[in-house]
Amino acid sequence: MSTKLFELLLQASIYTVTISVVSILIGFAIAIIVSAMLLSRQRLFVLPGKIFISFFRGVPLLVQLLLIYNLLPVIGINVPSIVAAIVGLSLCTAAYQAENLRGGFASVPSGLVESAEMVGLTPMQIFRRIKAPIALRLTFPALVNEAILILKASSLVSVVGIVELTRMAQDLAGSTFLPLEIFASAGLIYLAINWIVALAGGLIERSLPGVPR
Amino acid sequence: MTFDINVIFSHLPEIASGAFVTIVIWIVAALAAAVLGFLVAVARRFGGVLLDRAFGIVIAVLRGTPFLIQIFLVYYGGPFIGLSLNPIPAGVVGLSIYGAAYFSEIFRSGFAAVPKGHIEAGLCVGLTHTQIVRRILLPEMTMLVLPPSLNMTIILMKETAVLSIITVPELTATLSAIGSQQYAFVEALFVLALFYWALVEITGWLGRLAETKLTRFRFFNI
Repeated sequence: MSTKLFELLLQASIYTVTISVVSILIGFAIAIIVSAMLLSRQRLFVLPGKIFISFFRGVPLLVQLLLIYNLLPVIGINVPSIVAAIVGLSLCTAAYQAENLRGGFASVPSGLVESAEMVGLTPMQIFRRIKAPIALRLTFPALVNEAILILKASSLVSVVGIVELTRMAQDLAGSTFLPLEIFASAGLIYLAINWIVALAGGLIERSLPGVPR
Repeated sequence: MTFDINVIFSHLPEIASGAFVTIVIWIVAALAAAVLGFLVAVARRFGGVLLDRAFGIVIAVLRGTPFLIQIFLVYYGGPFIGLSLNPIPAGVVGLSIYGAAYFSEIFRSGFAAVPKGHIEAGLCVGLTHTQIVRRILLPEMTMLVLPPSLNMTIILMKETAVLSIITVPELTATLSAIGSQQYAFVEALFVLALFYWALVEITGWLGRLAETKLTRFRFFNI
């Protein structure tokens, strides 16, 4: 396999990383809302949150992507397939991240919150200075894990025609008749990216302030 | 927008056959993955440092790369090393190996989580190595590995959808084909999503039921 082919794979992997990073960030924003719904005292909010999580965790990501990709044009929203792919990945990861955040907020020691109330902090201050930092610290390892899962899951957006790493590998394997070398190289690139993410995640985790587990 | 679900119901026999293929592949692959994963975990624990390291690397590769790439490697790369498989066997082999990597980690952590004191106590009262494995290690481990194993089984159920890409005639492929023939993509994909959703929820519910029955005396056992 020539270095030219490997370079093409590396270029395509930029799309893989970009799509994954954007989806993780959008997913995190949605997850904050969904986890707030889950932790709300209003039953009216809890049920939709639960259904959202159950659906996006219970249906294969491939099916979600196909559904979103085909549904958007039918209901009159014409978006490029890259947007459909990011919407699909974001909603899927939001469900997993929301469940993590819910767990994180639930395991903030109630004593800390009570003592903060005692010294007269407002609910907003308690959230900003106590609940949010501790919950984020507790859910950070899960967030790194989720980033790695999404990097791998982004291979599925190749089915809606986006030329990221997997789709590029597929195209090259078809045109060069070197499937073993090309898919193995693509696998190695995924492995390297995930290794870097895990390493960086571990470093950031150690430098984070907050409660160690 | 028209939403005509009857289009889908006029193809029930094909859908049933697709669902059957999905469920059979899932069950066969999940069982094979669990058995293979258990053997790997045993080999890593009792097979010496070299074997442990070698399997460690293989598992890291399998867990760090997308399943889609692995299945492409088996299906399109296999013929180049003399391993030509039809879509269904290729799918089962790919899914089993992928699942085995995760199952072996589950069993490994299960072995590691059995308190050392229990094994030492067994040695103290004069149990043999086999007796310790059969009477202490395995029963205690079973309780610990049940919840993650259930989770992995559900993940494998969802991964069967990916096999449609290498033309395995499972439910995703069947319903996508019906959808494109009848111009009823959204209807077909809705039925597909509902099928998976229901199957995953039912499996999770049954699994948790079995867990509570099996681990009723957990508090006293561990």
